[in-house]
Amino acid sequence: MYCRLAILLILSTLSCSAKVSVVCMNCMQKDIQQAVNTAMPGDTILIKPGTYPCVNLQINKPLSVIGEGYPVLDGQEKDEVVSVLSDNVLISGLGIRNSARGAMKDYAGIRVFKSQQVTIINCMMENTFFGIYLSDSKNITVRGNHSRGANYGKSDTGNGIHLWKCQGVKIENNHIEGHRDGIYFEFAGRCLINNNLCEKNFRYGLHFMFSDNDTYTGNTFSDNGTGVAVMYSKGVQMIGNYFTDNRGDASYGLLLKDMSNGVISRNTFSRNTIAVTMEGSNRMHFEKNNLISNGYALKITASCQQDTIVMNNFSGNTFDVGTNGTLNDNYLNRNYWDKYTGYDLNRDNIGDIPYQPVSLYSVIIEQMPFAVILLRSLTVELMDRAEKSIPSLVPETIQDKSPLMKMILQ
Amino acid sequence: MLKITKYVIYDILRSRVMIAYTAFLLLVSLSLFSLENDSQKSLISLMSVEMIIVPLVSIVFPTTYLYNAGEFIEMLLAQPISRRSILLGEYAGVAVSMLLSFAAGVGIPVMVYAPTATGMVIFISGISLSLVFISMAFLSAVSTSDKAKGIGIALLLWFYFAVIYDGLLLGILFSFSEYPLEKTVILLASLNPIDLGRILILLKMDISALMGLTGAVYKKFFGTGLGTAYSIGMMSAWIILPLLAALGIFRKKNL
Repeated sequence: MYCRLAILLILSTLSCSAKVSVVCMNCMQKDIQQAVNTAMPGDTILIKPGTYPCVNLQINKPLSVIGEGYPVLDGQEKDEVVSVLSDNVLISGLGIRNSARGAMKDYAGIRVFKSQQVTIINCMMENTFFGIYLSDSKNITVRGNHSRGANYGKSDTGNGIHLWKCQGVKIENNHIEGHRDGIYFEFAGRCLINNNLCEKNFRYGLHFMFSDNDTYTGNTFSDNGTGVAVMYSKGVQMIGNYFTDNRGDASYGLLLKDMSNGVISRNTFSRNTIAVTMEGSNRMHFEKNNLISNGYALKITASCQQDTIVMNNFSGNTFDVGTNGTLNDNYLNRNYWDKYTGYDLNRDNIGDIPYQPVSLYSVIIEQMPFAVILLRSLTVELMDRAEKSIPSLVPETIQDKSPLMKMILQ
Repeated sequence: MLKITKYVIYDILRSRVMIAYTAFLLLVSLSLFSLENDSQKSLISLMSVEMIIVPLVSIVFPTTYLYNAGEFIEMLLAQPISRRSILLGEYAGVAVSMLLSFAAGVGIPVMVYAPTATGMVIFISGISLSLVFISMAFLSAVSTSDKAKGIGIALLLWFYFAVIYDGLLLGILFSFSEYPLEKTVILLASLNPIDLGRILILLKMDISALMGLTGAVYKKFFGTGLGTAYSIGMMSAWIILPLLAALGIFRKKNL
């Protein structure tokens, strides 16, 4: 009797505690899908180094799939490589390679579909159409992954990290290069995007639409085809990011289109064709940013209202502000402008005469782009000086009433 | 001819104007580089100085020099030397000494503080602009015997190329802004040596602004081998043609 009970107890503890099953090139267990199929929920599958053919591995129960020494899962360009269809899945340390490509279906290195509490860390995606594709999912963590797009830097490649209808996703410390868009968000709310590096992507480093209340901090978007585009979203916070070297004939560091109530603070924009473009964006707080050595620092269209632009550093830009309107309804104050030539008699570090950031020449360029050939000519400088003393063409309402005398350290 | 050149160089290098010019350029470039931490910004300011001061001095100084050296030239003409070698000898002398002071005033600071491609282009276009305006100075000096009139012509030429031309260009752009003007603008701008020099520098420098849509068109043209050949050809034409014209006038001139 006691003996039977003891056996039963042992059996029950065995079935409850997680089991580790090892997959390696020389073991009995060579097939990852088989290991997944035989595993119990909560088990761990440990994959040893090697290259495993892996066409659409389906993880449909709560498992930890952990790679040791970056085993390579090769999709052989047939289908997706890994699909996660269950909650509570951990994927770590895998090399994911060679997904299929196609115009009809978005093949991905790792796809997460209708799942929650999934964690993807330290994976290397190479030659995958989409890197990581999250759809209809909640509370996902994507950390420390590296993705190089198939067709590196060409137009027919997918996005690095793609989110569709997600909530509460954390994307941290990833490095994404050579995709179409580095990070793409659509209908993804309350997400955190921290410390990622998106570079050399064909289109946008970061692209998001209809994604409200997301927070971006400490990311670097550099040398992407046309920079970063954020559109149709509310309450987005972008803090401490770097937007650099986004150059080209239709390129900008950051494009804001139909955004509202967002905060853009302590970012650095340098060496972009246009650092920031704002179109139809309302009630945005643009403060404490560094805009250095760009072609245009800020382009604001007349459709922007009630934006606050304060405490920014404008230095070494060819043009500080360009606009097609009067910016009547926006608040521009207490910025540092390196082109400011006024004085400060009472030494309170605030210039005594207002600064007009829109030069006559930038108004001319706005109407006749080919006049850019006269940039920095003596004639143009004389015209700008004359216009500054007796404004006639440049709207007088665009001015910083209290420009700062010194650059703000931020 | 070489002897004339040598004599002219000795003569000019000792003149107070030349020493002042060198000192001025040196002072401006050194202060620009030491006041501003960002060498790119100093190069921009240096370019503005170069586009205004260098052509002005390069056209006014040789004009006055030629008038002042009138008696010496008359004396040379009495010798068995062709008029062609006299004028070319004078030109070589003036050019070498002006380029020496430009190299000392701008070249050395640029090499020390900003030995970049941009610095190189600024130096080279400064040298070509000097040569162009010295040629024009010779043309204005031989075209009239009246010293005041000659200097007036020189100043007018400088003012035309530095200010008026760009104003006219802007006017043309305004009147024809409906048309696709990119190629015309390239042609018109290259007809002014100062504009040509400025564009070559800008393509190296303000690259991010210029790479807007129209800027890309300009970059595409001037960035290619053909564009480079074209700008070198244009600059050489601006150096050689006024000098040839001056030579033509000087040969037949009744002194």
